[in-house]
Amino acid sequence: MITVKKLVKRFGMKTVLRGVDLEVQPGEFVALLGPNGAGKTTFLRILASLSRPSLGEVRVAGYRLPGEAAAVRANLGVVSHLPLLYGDLTAEENLRFYGRMYNISNIEFRISEVLEMVGLENRRRDLVRTFSRGMQQRLAIGRAVIHDPEVMLFDEPYTGLDQDASSMLDEVLRSVAAQGRTVVMTSHDLARAEDLATRFDILSRGIITASVTRNNLKKTSLPAFYKQALAN
Amino acid sequence: MEPKPIALKVLDIISVILLGTATYLALVFAPTEAVMGQVQRVFYFHVGTAWVGLLGFLLAAAAGIIYLVKKDVKWDIIEVASVEISLVFFLITIMLGSIWARPVWNTWWTWDPRLTTAAITELIYIAYFMLREGIEDPDRRARFGAVYTILGGVSAPITFMSIRLFRTIHPVVIGSQSAAAQGGFSMTGGMKVAFFFALFTFTVIFIDLFWHRIRLGTLAAKVEQLKLNIMN
Amino acid sequence: MNDRPLTINQTLSIVRRPSPNFLKATFAVVWKDLAAEFRSRELFSAMLVFSLLVILIFNFALELDIKTRQSVTSGVLWVTFAFAGTLGLNRSMSVEKDRGCLDGLLLAPVDRAAIYFGKVISNLVFMLIVEAIVLPVYSFLYNINLFQPGLLLVVLLGSIGYVTVGTLLASMAVQTRTRDVLLPILLFPVAVPVLIASVKASGGFLTSADFASEIMPWINLLIVYDVIFTAIAFMVFDYVVEE
Repeated sequence: MITVKKLVKRFGMKTVLRGVDLEVQPGEFVALLGPNGAGKTTFLRILASLSRPSLGEVRVAGYRLPGEAAAVRANLGVVSHLPLLYGDLTAEENLRFYGRMYNISNIEFRISEVLEMVGLENRRRDLVRTFSRGMQQRLAIGRAVIHDPEVMLFDEPYTGLDQDASSMLDEVLRSVAAQGRTVVMTSHDLARAEDLATRFDILSRGIITASVTRNNLKKTSLPAFYKQALAN
Repeated sequence: MEPKPIALKVLDIISVILLGTATYLALVFAPTEAVMGQVQRVFYFHVGTAWVGLLGFLLAAAAGIIYLVKKDVKWDIIEVASVEISLVFFLITIMLGSIWARPVWNTWWTWDPRLTTAAITELIYIAYFMLREGIEDPDRRARFGAVYTILGGVSAPITFMSIRLFRTIHPVVIGSQSAAAQGGFSMTGGMKVAFFFALFTFTVIFIDLFWHRIRLGTLAAKVEQLKLNIMN
Repeated sequence: MNDRPLTINQTLSIVRRPSPNFLKATFAVVWKDLAAEFRSRELFSAMLVFSLLVILIFNFALELDIKTRQSVTSGVLWVTFAFAGTLGLNRSMSVEKDRGCLDGLLLAPVDRAAIYFGKVISNLVFMLIVEAIVLPVYSFLYNINLFQPGLLLVVLLGSIGYVTVGTLLASMAVQTRTRDVLLPILLFPVAVPVLIASVKASGGFLTSADFASEIMPWINLLIVYDVIFTAIAFMVFDYVVEE
């Protein structure tokens, strides 16, 4: 579903990604872990078609980036640490706007459906400005799945959430966003990542240094694996 | 560090000699103009620097377009070099013009098309550098810079035309003369020698400075690269 | 590709089409901006109050008595519109940048130029609404009839040119460190032709100057500027938002 070969990204002369190789099968949930400045966000922005690769091959949902960006975008949902919502619009209006941008048909029905999935149907006519951080993040997930994408990208979705909101978000991420989709998530919250993902890749200094599936992780804990991968 | 190329050294020396000769021609060799007297001698360098300023202005817009198409840092360096040199030469032009205008037009400054356009071009250049200052990412800095030189490159000629719709008092020494212009004169043989020699001199000085500035830009890029190599 | 298990409530309800056409996306953006603004009226009230304050200040700064009024009205109006315009443009793009909404727009499978034109149209609407209020207020305060069809045409053409360039530069300015102060510095020197032509053409109408020789050239200039800069902005907007 996602194929990345020898991806290099430079900002001016600074090389942030230096040859990332990644293969994600349909239905996999990959957590991309790594310290700050490892290039996680940059990598995700490239997958999201928001940033151009300097070198290398990137394919998402079968389409090449940046050449077939429009096709990739139609099949892609993104949840970042920012909600990407308009505070002066209601929940429903935000979804309607994004629904139009994705040209989905039967838009009103889909809005109700999505609001129900993320548990905000009671607040549908309230301004997003008045929502708590956790509610905004749930609506952001609704926004990201409005066009039923095949691939989801989560960029530090828990940033700024308290314990309760985080577990609530966990639930929505698992049941709504990740269900039946291919997911790549960046996070430095190891515990949450361990709960959600089926595979863990460590990104350090611009390359993927280690990778382990949930099944192979049984012998050791994720924090231990993480520490070891960074030490190498 | 690479040593300064021999050709550049030679060009430096030629520039200095030419500048000396041009000064001699303008201040001593050329006959004194009958009506305006000695102050008219400013004219030779005034037009020389204006020509070079215009050259830099056009080069900058062209480099901007080429950068957006090719995305090669080389063109960004050329663009900055052109803008910087043009900025300085237009400033000299304006100052020399004011010195001349004081006795001839009886004012340091007037809102004539050429003067106004030169002043606005200077403001565009200053805005250009402020824009670049505010951006960290070198690629974005180069892209925005290129876009802005293109906008400036198109807008400045329109500004010139629009102010020309008012009546102008700036003399047109070469080509047709409008009846309202003040301070015009026709060039005699000795004046022509000084005039064309000044044009030639400033063109050579422009090439020399341009070369220096591009070399500086390339070296700065190299230093940046070396710094990054050490940090990694 | 679609071999994953389908959950009934997720997939049966929607049919995905390739991507919305240009106009549909443009108007989605316009609708979004107008709906948000209609609700909060933040941008609009700021622009309007600011405009009225500028006119008030001019009143004292220039002693707008009957004699001077004739000659300075068009200048006062356009300075007011230009200042209020920058205020609105800055705000309109900051809203996109602050909550990452610009990324949200860019993630949609639509032509980037559609986003640009959507923003241009909504910014233009805001500016025209403000002008539609400032003009009668000014007429009322200074007893000058500003409601001449020709003058309104100039206001429209001038605003189009100003907003076209302003939206492009505002989307650049919000991506810089110095975004709060940068827009007017970038915009004014490039927008000089629009301002000159608008002031001259409006002034021509207000002093009943000869249409063919004193007004028409300026209107032509405005049209030329609008066309050229719309075309340039259309071509370069991609470079302003891509990374």
